[in-house]
This record gives sequence, structure tokens and C-alpha cells, in this order.
Amino acid sequence: METTALEHRFNQKIEREEKIEPKDWMPEDYRKNNIRQISQHAHSEIVGMLPEANWITRAPSLRRKVALLAKVQDEAGHGLYLYSAAETLGTDREEMIDDLHSGKAKYSSIFNYPTTTWADIGAIGWLVDGAAITNQVALCRTSYGPYARAMVKICKEESFHQRQGYEIMCAMAFGTPEQKAMAQDALNRWWWPSLMMFGPTDGDSVHSQKSMDWKIKRYSNDELRQEFVDKTVAQAEYLGLTIPDPDLTYNDETGHYSFGEIDWKEFYQVISGNGPCNKERIEARRKAHEDGAWVREAANAFAQKRANQQVA
Amino acid sequence: MEQEKQKAALNLSLVMGDNALILGHRLSEWCGHGPILEQDIALSNIALDLIGQARLWLSHAGKLQGGKSEDDLAYHRDVFDFHNFQMVETPNGHWGKTLLRQFLYDAWHHAMLQKLVLAQDEDIAGIARKSLKEVNYHLRWSSEWVIRLGDGTEESAAKMQDAYADVWPYVGELLQKDFWLKELDQWIPGFTADEILAQWWKTVREVFSQANLPAEPMDWLYRKGHLGHHTEHLGFILAEMQFLPRAYPDATW
Amino acid sequence: MSNQNWPLFEVFIRSKNGLSHKHVGSLHAADAAMAIENARDVYCRRNEGVSIWVVPSTQIVASDPEDAEALYEPAKDKIYRHPTFYTVPDEVGHM
Repeated sequence: METTALEHRFNQKIEREEKIEPKDWMPEDYRKNNIRQISQHAHSEIVGMLPEANWITRAPSLRRKVALLAKVQDEAGHGLYLYSAAETLGTDREEMIDDLHSGKAKYSSIFNYPTTTWADIGAIGWLVDGAAITNQVALCRTSYGPYARAMVKICKEESFHQRQGYEIMCAMAFGTPEQKAMAQDALNRWWWPSLMMFGPTDGDSVHSQKSMDWKIKRYSNDELRQEFVDKTVAQAEYLGLTIPDPDLTYNDETGHYSFGEIDWKEFYQVISGNGPCNKERIEARRKAHEDGAWVREAANAFAQKRANQQVA
Repeated sequence: MEQEKQKAALNLSLVMGDNALILGHRLSEWCGHGPILEQDIALSNIALDLIGQARLWLSHAGKLQGGKSEDDLAYHRDVFDFHNFQMVETPNGHWGKTLLRQFLYDAWHHAMLQKLVLAQDEDIAGIARKSLKEVNYHLRWSSEWVIRLGDGTEESAAKMQDAYADVWPYVGELLQKDFWLKELDQWIPGFTADEILAQWWKTVREVFSQANLPAEPMDWLYRKGHLGHHTEHLGFILAEMQFLPRAYPDATW
Repeated sequence: MSNQNWPLFEVFIRSKNGLSHKHVGSLHAADAAMAIENARDVYCRRNEGVSIWVVPSTQIVASDPEDAEALYEPAKDKIYRHPTFYTVPDEVGHM
């Protein structure tokens, strides 16, 4: 079939809300766009393990410790589901990991901020996972089948993550004055980076339009950001904490909160490698991978030996 | 007699609980840094099992001490009060060392639990039953890894020899029957320290023969972690683990 | 480093006895035995299964989407294969 005809049929499928599956014909750009987005998403899960894993050994009770460990472990699982989804498009995990380590591939810039106190674990669960879930629920209907299926599984598993974070915030906000101050400090530091997680405003987003046309993305960055702000303000009020935005006001007419200008300069600085922890994060991932090389190699060699023995 | 029994039960719960807690702590340090995602996840599962078991044992020990909680025991004791073996507090080193240490502990843990499920004390038998299901898998998994690395590449075999040199001097402590282990002979039917040790040696020899590792007799007399005599490492583990409850004594988290 | 990459396996899980195995995703493992254990650790963290199948991804033989017309269209108009094609008198009840 001619490319134009194939493309026409592909577009019709998208139009009819039919999922695209791995062996189906797809435009090269659709494939690339998906690989880029899915692998970026996978990298975010994996790099995202690091700031939280920081606190596993320092969790203040055994109950908190198992919850946090299980949560960070889930993120490894989610990264794995997503790498698998990307692998159906003809790339392999090793290649994607190389791109992460070389700086060619991006990941969510939020994970370049440090976790300096225990309240950060609460704030990440509440705000960062809250923002991620807003994004991810929307992605459950994405047009590429394996990506959509991975997202459904991830959303199911993530539902405990945000509650875990909010519970930590509650314990601190209603705890001693020192704990409450720690909680407020965490909110101050994580609020704006959380809003940045939705990406540039619609006008400035490079990949957005095409992704929307192909239904890889279902809602715009600004729409999702607004949804997140709307549902989070009341949660902050319940905690008795103040969102660090003097311009935050409820608009009776629209039924939405309007909020202050995001510091986009900071956003682009952090994305381009100048955030507080970019270097440490990539270095930690690269070290884990390189230190593990002999282990992966030995396992292969052993499997080969055993297979040969069976044949002989 | 009743008092002695209670003392032995407390001692046992602390040895089992502290070993699970400190080894779980060490394994949790790997989270996010494993050699491949699949194994990062696998090791975290074992860490979760162990910390879960620690909670059961320490809760039980707390009950025997007149109503202390698992967190009282985990977060408010100092080094000399911890009853874990020195082996589990040693640093992780590379993946092969972590796995060899794990295997040697699993072999002991498994042999112990197989006997503890027979205890008449329903609390202890109950915790042992739940733990044994998990440790069955731990032992299988760590055995496979020790064999795989010992018989993998030249490089991995050399690394396992290094790991052996690091870890082996600590195993003697697992095998001494003249201390607390002997007390158990008296109140667990069918429990004999000799059998535990024989079982341990059997497992270790089987796996080591496939992993090309020796199982030499070892000097052990000076390792007494279970009596509160520890390496320098435990203090750092506790400093990290206990930081928040110590820094904010009035807070609950 | 010669060969560090572990091959890909497809994972199928039976969630409870009485149901068939269902494809849940894929993972990397050095061999089939390790793939089973990895599947246990990766895909059964929340009690999802009672039985696991793993298959090397390279061993899956799949139909070509290009053949869809030839493979599946002909079945579409064979309505006589479905029970609703036949009428049974109301008096007879459910059949």
C-alpha cells in the first residue's frame, strides 16, 4: 500500500479512537514521538527513585519505612513497565538508558531538586505524585496501546502513593510546631516545581500540537496544571499550610483558581542541566549501571553455560 | 523456670528481630542502585520481607518487656543493646558480596525457622510460620545468585572470592551453640542447636560446590554481636536510622 | 564488556485458578528460570497471580496486521454461527 493510503488509514483509526498496536503501520514521527515520550516517562520514574530513596534508611518509624520502600520499589516497577512499552516500538532498554546517561534523553526536572528533610517525602507524595497522577490518568487513554495499558496499571498502583504522602503531611502539620514548620518549608520549596511538572505553557510547548493531534496527549499542559491547582488548594487549607503564591485567588466566574506567574527561567535552567541535583542524579544512575555490568554479564555467561550443558 | 523461659523468648525475639532489621536496612540501601531494574525490585522485596519480620519480632519482644512498641526498640536502643550478628551490619560492598552475605544468613535463617515453627509458644511459632514462607524464597534466590556469580565469568568468580574473604570471617558467630542457642534446646521440642548447624553446613556446602567457593573452618570466638558486641558499622547505621526520633523526641510521625 | 544485555521475555499471569493466563507485559532476564522469578517480583507484588508463564519474546509468532482483511473479514458475515440467527418460538422459552 502507498504511504499516503497507509497514513490515511492510520489517521482514521486515531479518529475512531482505535488503539494503535505495535505491529500496525504508523508514521515514523508517531513512532519517534512515542519513544521519546514513553522513555522520558520511564526515565522520570527511575531517576525519581533517588530523591526518595535518600530517606528510606532515615524513615522515622518502621511503618513509614516499609511504606516508603514499597513506594520507591513501585517506581522501579513503573519504569520497567514503561521501558517495556517503549521496547515494543523497536528500541531497546539499553539504548534508552544510554541516552539518559549521555544527557540526550530528558526526564522530569522535578527530580533535580534535593530532599533535605523528612517533610520532603510527604510533599513529594502529596504534590509531585499528585501532579504525576493528574498527568497519568489523562494518559490512560493515549492512542498507543502498550503505553495506555502500562498507564492503567501504573495509575492503579500509584493510588497509594499520594495518600502515603498526604498522611505524612497530616502527621507533621498537626504535630509539634517544629514539624509544622518543616511541613511548611517543604511546601514552599516543592509547590512551584510541582506546577512546572506539567511542562511549558501551551503556547511554548514544542511537541504539544502534534501529540494532541495523534491523541498521544489528550489534554494540554495548561489544562492539566489548572486541574491540579484546583484540587490541591483545599488540601493545603485543610493542613493549615500556606501555598507560597500571593496571587493565588479563587475566581467565582470561572470556578477555577488563578495563580501567579511560574518562573520559567528556573524551569529552563533546571531542564538544561543546571538544577541543584542534575549531576548527582545522572551520576548515581550511571554508577549503578556501570557497577552492575559485571553482574549482568556473569548472569548471561552462566545461562549460556547451563544451556550448553543441557544440549550436551 | 517460667522466668527463664521468658528470658529465652525475649532473647530469641531480639536476635531474630535485630538481624532482620539491620539486614533489611542494609538491603534497602540498594534501592535505586541495583545492577538492573528487575533485580533492584527483587532485592527490595526481600528488604520489605525482612523489615516486616523485624516488626513482628520486635513487637513481640516489646510485649515481653512490658509494653514497649516496635519503634521503641528500633529507634531508642543504642549499639550495646542490639542483638544482631556482626555479619549483617557489615557494609554491602558489591552485588556479589551483598548476595553472599545474604545467602549465608538465609541458610541460617531458614534452618532456624524450620525449628522455630515447632515452638509451643504460639507467638513465636506464628511469626516463624509467616517468616518461613518468605525465607524459603530468599534462600532459593540468594543460592541461585551465589552459584551464578561463582560460576559466571572469570571476573565474577574473582569478585566472589573477594566477597568470600570479606564475609566468611563473620559466619562463625552464626554457628556457636554454647550461648543463647543452647537454651532453646530446652523449651522447643525437637530443637537442637546441632541440627541447625548441620543443616547450615549442608546448604552451604551444596551451594559452594557449584559456586566454586571453599567452606573452610573459621575462627569465631571474638564475634559476639548477639551479646551486644558490635563492629564500628552498627553505630553509623543507628545514627542514620534513629536520627529523626532522637532529634525530635516529642514528635510522632 | 562483551554481553551484558539480558534477553526480553513476555509474561503471562493466571490471576486465579479457573482463569486463563493473560499477557501482562515483559521483562529482561538472563534465562527462563530467572524470568519466572523476575516476573514474580515485578508483576506479582500485589497478589496478582497464582501461576506464571514466560516466553522469550523472540519466540512469539504474530500475525501481520496487513493480513487483517484476509484473516478476519471473512468471519464477519457468517451470522449463522451466532445463536441469534435462529428463531425459536417464545413458548419454548430460553434455549
